[in-house]
Amino acid sequence: MLKKIEAIIREDKIADVKDALTEIGIVGMNMFEIRGHGRQGGIKLAGRSGTYQVDMLPKIQLNIVVSERNLEDTIAAILKSAYTGEPGDGLIFISPVEEVIRIRTRQRGQEAVMYPGDIDEKKGLGRVRPKP
Amino acid sequence: MVNTINSGDTAWVLVCCSLVLLMTPALALFYGGMVRRKNVLSTLTLSYIFMALIGIQWILYGYSLAFGKDIQGLIGGLNFTGLKGVGALPNAAYSSTIPHSLFAAFQMMFAVITPALITGAFVERVKFISFLLFSLLWATLVYDPLCHWVWGQGGWLKAMGVLDFAGGTVVHIAAGFSALAFALVIGPRKGFGKAPMEPNNIPLTVIGAGLLWVGWFGFNAGSALTADGVAVNALLATNTSGAAAGLVWMMLSWLDGRPSTLGIATGMVVGLAAVTPASGFVTPLAAMLIGAIAAPISYYAMRFREKRGWDESLDVWACHGMGSAWGMLATGLFATTGVNAGGANGFFFGNPGQLSIQIVGILATASFSFGVTYALAKLLNASIGLRVTAAEEEVGLDISSHGERSYS
Repeated sequence: MLKKIEAIIREDKIADVKDALTEIGIVGMNMFEIRGHGRQGGIKLAGRSGTYQVDMLPKIQLNIVVSERNLEDTIAAILKSAYTGEPGDGLIFISPVEEVIRIRTRQRGQEAVMYPGDIDEKKGLGRVRPKP
Repeated sequence: MVNTINSGDTAWVLVCCSLVLLMTPALALFYGGMVRRKNVLSTLTLSYIFMALIGIQWILYGYSLAFGKDIQGLIGGLNFTGLKGVGALPNAAYSSTIPHSLFAAFQMMFAVITPALITGAFVERVKFISFLLFSLLWATLVYDPLCHWVWGQGGWLKAMGVLDFAGGTVVHIAAGFSALAFALVIGPRKGFGKAPMEPNNIPLTVIGAGLLWVGWFGFNAGSALTADGVAVNALLATNTSGAAAGLVWMMLSWLDGRPSTLGIATGMVVGLAAVTPASGFVTPLAAMLIGAIAAPISYYAMRFREKRGWDESLDVWACHGMGSAWGMLATGLFATTGVNAGGANGFFFGNPGQLSIQIVGILATASFSFGVTYALAKLLNASIGLRVTAAEEEVGLDISSHGERSYS
């Protein structure tokens, strides 16, 4: 079973989160810059004269697709590294993924999200078989 | 005819042509950085196009209407159309030490930037063809006559003794009050007051402000038309006023919370605009006061028009219109023949009458430019329309007017 993690985190936490994920062996991921807010109340910016309120704040969304067996480890790494304790730390969404296909090799399913030296190898759970 | 040209004066004013010309691209950057990303190219173009438009209009007939043979004190004749009769020999009416053609060239740069200033009022929603038509009409019906009134030989304000060294009335008050008039007719941007309209590139604006400051030495000090002490005084007064206003605006901004870069840059420009009419007539010390007082005047003028819901988007009226109106008044207060024997004394130098003359100049300029612009805008709005459609405004003028993306 494959799961997608969408982690909305602080902009300045992306380096920490990436390091933490690399350490446990999560290799494949992508991110994009978003704006949004939950309880964090926006910010008052200074204009030419006076100030104005901006509600949507810049955040980073990190997308990772993992096998279900690695889900909790990944979540734990993100939670630990993205935390500050202030409002605005972010949210993690988990959703099921129907299929994953690696374009270069046409591998499907769990094989498509396995890499040399990744979390599965570290746990001794599988060896990536190189495809011709 | 004896050729009384002086190579020092000529070389200096030649350089000032470039300095003042630079102010138009600088203004484009200053404005461009302040609009939303989808309109940055449009905003740049609204300024840039004047280098081309007035570059032709001025040669064909603009210079003649402004500085030609006087008709009733109101307008120049057509004797200088195509710059005929405007050659290498000096025209003693305007300057006996530089070629007449150089005077015309230098003045052209003022005629280029003044209508560009107005564009701040109607960014992000004006229809390009309407803007082009309006600009040509404005240059012909407002700028050229006004220029004649204040600087043209026989101009009625000049004959009255109005002191305007480098364009407080002709450039800044005219642009500011015209901007207000146009903004009232075209109406506010969609979402004004509700959606935040953040500047897309403040570094551009700050670069523009810096280049404007540099160019302003050409604008003010060059208006001496001589390479001498009056020019240097104008330079020092210009610099000091910009500096004072920048600092005061920084403090005003700080009182609101945090001192913004945009605020500091705006303050500097306000100081430079305010001192423009006074620069060749007042001391640098007086200029310090001029700048320091111009800042809160413009600052609160901005707040005032925001509260009224007038979307005069980039505050041409608050900064240039009101800033220079104060500058014209200040000229009437602080002018001294000690700085410029060719000028006059002001209120604090034993000539209270100068103040009332300045007030006439301010009122005449403000009402004329506001009135004619309002009429032109109304006329164009009723015929071809001033605004783009709602969909075009939504997607942004870069794409809808110019078919371009600013950052691909």
